[in-house]
Amino acid sequence: MKKRRLVMRTAILVILFAAVAYTLYANFNKDNVHKVQIGKEAPDFVLVDMDGKEHQLSDYKGQGVFLNFWGTWCKPCEKEMPFINNQYEQFKDQGVQTIAVNISESNLAVNKFIERHGMNFPVVIDKNEDVKAAYGIGPLPATFLINPEGEVVKYHTGTLTEPMVKDFMTQIKP
Amino acid sequence: MMKQVKCECGHVNPHGTVLCESCGRVLVEEEKSKKLVDMRYEGSARRSQTYNKTIIDKIWNFFSSVKVGVTLIIITLAASAIGTIFPQEMYIPPTENASVYYEDQYGFAGEVYYTLGFHNLYSSWWYLLLIASIGVSLVICSLDRVVPLYRALKKQRVDRHEGFLKRQRLYRATTLASIEEDSFENIKVKLKEKRYNIREENGSILAEKNRFSRWGPYINHIGLIIFLIGGMLRFVPGMYVDELLWIREGETVVIPETKGEYYLENHEFILETYEKEKENEAFTTAIENNGTVAKNFQTNVSLYKESGETIAGQEPELEKVEDYELRVNEPLKFEQFALYQQSYKLGEISEMSFALTNKETNEEFGQMTIDLHNPQDEYTFENGYSVELMSYFPDFEFDENSEPVTKSRVPNNPAFIFKMFSPEHPDGEVSFVAIQQTIEPYGDNDLKMAFKGVDTQNVSALTVRKDLTLPILAIGGLIFMIGVVQGAYWNHRRIWIRRLGDQVLVAGHTNKNWHGLKREITHVFDGSGIQEPIDQSDEITNKKGKEE
Amino acid sequence: MVALSGNLLFIAFLLYLVGTAFFAGSIKDKKAREKDHGPNKWAKIGVTIAIAGFICQVGYFITRWVAAGHAPVSNLFEFTTFFGMCLVGAFIVIYFVYKLPALGLFTLPVALLLIGYAAMFPRDITPLVPSLQSNWLHIHVTTAALGQAILAISFVAGLIYLIKAVDHTKKTKEAIWLEVVLFGVVCTLGFIIISSVFGATGYKSEFHWIDNNNVEETLEYHLPALVGPHEGEHLTPDKFSPLVETPGIINAKKLNTVLWSLFTGAIIYLLFRLFVRKRMTLALQPLTKRVNLDLVDEVGYRSVLIGFPVFTLGALIFAMIWAQIAWSRFWGWDPKEVWALITWLFYAAYLHLRLSKGWHGKKSAWLGVIGFIIIMFNLIVVNLVIAGLHSYAGS
Repeated sequence: MKKRRLVMRTAILVILFAAVAYTLYANFNKDNVHKVQIGKEAPDFVLVDMDGKEHQLSDYKGQGVFLNFWGTWCKPCEKEMPFINNQYEQFKDQGVQTIAVNISESNLAVNKFIERHGMNFPVVIDKNEDVKAAYGIGPLPATFLINPEGEVVKYHTGTLTEPMVKDFMTQIKP
Repeated sequence: MMKQVKCECGHVNPHGTVLCESCGRVLVEEEKSKKLVDMRYEGSARRSQTYNKTIIDKIWNFFSSVKVGVTLIIITLAASAIGTIFPQEMYIPPTENASVYYEDQYGFAGEVYYTLGFHNLYSSWWYLLLIASIGVSLVICSLDRVVPLYRALKKQRVDRHEGFLKRQRLYRATTLASIEEDSFENIKVKLKEKRYNIREENGSILAEKNRFSRWGPYINHIGLIIFLIGGMLRFVPGMYVDELLWIREGETVVIPETKGEYYLENHEFILETYEKEKENEAFTTAIENNGTVAKNFQTNVSLYKESGETIAGQEPELEKVEDYELRVNEPLKFEQFALYQQSYKLGEISEMSFALTNKETNEEFGQMTIDLHNPQDEYTFENGYSVELMSYFPDFEFDENSEPVTKSRVPNNPAFIFKMFSPEHPDGEVSFVAIQQTIEPYGDNDLKMAFKGVDTQNVSALTVRKDLTLPILAIGGLIFMIGVVQGAYWNHRRIWIRRLGDQVLVAGHTNKNWHGLKREITHVFDGSGIQEPIDQSDEITNKKGKEE
Repeated sequence: MVALSGNLLFIAFLLYLVGTAFFAGSIKDKKAREKDHGPNKWAKIGVTIAIAGFICQVGYFITRWVAAGHAPVSNLFEFTTFFGMCLVGAFIVIYFVYKLPALGLFTLPVALLLIGYAAMFPRDITPLVPSLQSNWLHIHVTTAALGQAILAISFVAGLIYLIKAVDHTKKTKEAIWLEVVLFGVVCTLGFIIISSVFGATGYKSEFHWIDNNNVEETLEYHLPALVGPHEGEHLTPDKFSPLVETPGIINAKKLNTVLWSLFTGAIIYLLFRLFVRKRMTLALQPLTKRVNLDLVDEVGYRSVLIGFPVFTLGALIFAMIWAQIAWSRFWGWDPKEVWALITWLFYAAYLHLRLSKGWHGKKSAWLGVIGFIIIMFNLIVVNLVIAGLHSYAGS
């Protein structure tokens, strides 16, 4: 009788406290919940770059993909572009592809930006913002690292330094 | 085994019982000295009070206490009040930085408020913990009380112990020479008229009604717990979506969080205000006094569903689902989603027109219209005149180095750097043109870009909402209302009539509304020869009054 | 129609006033005191007049509804008068259950003060802004007001209980606090009187001032400025000039109104003390002489029991449903919402204390009084001082 009561009480308290603990945990982490989860397959997309070439993510299986979301108006994006460009040159022959996705700006603005910064890697424009929606992009710049298996390895928001870019690209080398 | 208490009547009660569950005899010595018994929970053993050995029992007992529950309520109440002193962070202007805003607006008090985290009080861990503790307290308090109460009410005997009846608030003993069965029958009829359930044993009567109202509090607590569970589920991924969608007139965009399945087209945004000539005359003064009063915010939209299996970035194949006039209070619902008219921006510039003009003669060599969302690289006119767009700044400002930059991709304040070609100037003349501003960086030009006009469009902001917790919250709220009404609008009433020798003992109890019970008793015993019970608490207060 | 509506409200106001006098008479009536059974002639006339007043006010409500095309509960004036109407309605129902003339004597003046207070705000019939264009406006606001009005009866009952039960001859904490509560009521009267007096003369003084964001603004006072706004420049020098200037974070005009209300309230209170030579509570005590304390206690408790579910339904559940439809979320921690929650939590605590801790009598009466203070805080301070979605544009 007594024992049963203790078991009952323990069970009820455990359930209650687990619920409370989960709620608090979820509340702490509510800002870290992302659309695209680490370890999951990156959503496929297809966009056309400024030279008219089509880039479909799934075509790059077997290569790492350094996927950068940016805007011409965004200062930190502008700052990291040369670093990405440098490292692109280093890694492009080691199986790491770089794609920069501009969020819905005009061709003119993007072209002028590419000219100004001498960017060599493919730049695509997400005109309908559906790639942005699929990846749940918030503030720019945002960078996804996708490994040769097509899985998301890392999600980073904020400016990158050149060593970081290098480190990131090393991580997804096949 | 815990000690159990065996009553004289033979009933075995759980340890800690104050009044025998069956006959009502007072089992605890100190209670015997009291004039009236405490009828809360029928004098049953609140189990929590009786087992207090392990840590589990201690935690259990802590939450089982009503005192703790009420304390939690009062703390929550006070904390909630603090949160309204200054606006919460979500209500300060979105462009403001909270760390400076509170100090700026409210001085030292604001700074303290911000530092203590009160600007985000309702989502703070400690506030959530308070609410959660109330939830835990609800569960344990209810469990701890409802079981013994149920037992006590189920096991109650008809012929209650004399000591129990004497200590009821409404009580009186009538000594009768002979008992007339007629008047007893009459009383029973009247009790039945008043919808009492009557149980009879050994010539004693227990009339009872609305016992179900005693379960009201526990039912409303169940409702509250379901409501809290609903609130908790909000944090489970996929249950809740809260997105803001800015959409220009003429634009078709994907609706976020629909996995690229649904698209929305904005045909037109409409803002109407009340005009006193057109409205009800009664409004005239109010409109005159208040100036403009908004009448309608509306976005005319088409909802599309993607029919093909396209991947992101591909041109979607869209199939129209419906056209809808989306207004405040009239959200557009589809599947688990709803779109709400939330905000708007009027007159965002979409196109600008210029004419390539000779500054001296004002002769025009051609007109061009720039689509601010997709400007061309070059605009060519006849006779060797053309304009190249060297740079475009949709949301122009000068940065710290006095370089023109753009703050965003939204054409709030467009500016351009043009290179104007003419037969006289085959290498081009450079001109920087912003609204109300022209700069010629390389000296005096012969040509200028004369401003010809703008085209504007409205932008509508819609909230994209999915909330799968709503049905759970609704059920919780409904159960709460049922429970609270059941407990508040019905009263559990009992009348005991016991024959003991030549005496008839009458006692009455209700959990509330004694006035109503007394009126019923007056009606029932009227003309029966049995004196109606008197309110013993009146006697006590009156006695006290005299002593003072 | 609009004029008719206004007149009906005015008649209702007068009838409540006369009704109060009759209820007072019913208690003073010596003959009635001797026979203890049932209400006397005075009380019967009193309640008849109260019912007539109530009918007039319902007439006001209906005619105004017809004139406006929506239920007149969309601004502070309309809401507060409706609240007063529900209070009288609740009183009438409870009167027929308990036959307590003292309840009328104390409820009607509260209703009078509410209506008087309401009349100090813009009385124009206002068209509805988009978020208010919903049937939930009628459902939510009327149910919430009704719930609050029923709960307010427990305040009146508590007040009667305390005036009778507290020993006012000694300077106990309880006695002093009760006097403070009554002083608060007097200040409300002060606000109504002083606003009406200066309103009738059309008093106006204007200021240019610098607000918190360093923007220059104009401010128009309708009461003489005791306190001026931050860096205020007086534009109407023939009018009374401020004695003190407030910092930018304080709303000088509202503070000025509060000061005037306190000031007028203090004068009324002092005059009262001067002529009656008794504390207010002590002066009111004879009016509660015939009151049965247990019965008043029960009235207080029952009104909470009846009002609590109505309040929950109107101020929380209907409010959530509407908020979900109009603003896409059922709960947004808007100050008004939070204060409705606070009121709800408070009465939940009241019920638990009474049910489980046995708080009867004085303690329970005090809780009834505090509950009403919270309701009034939500009506007055939250609407006028704390800005939010519900804040009515008023002065």
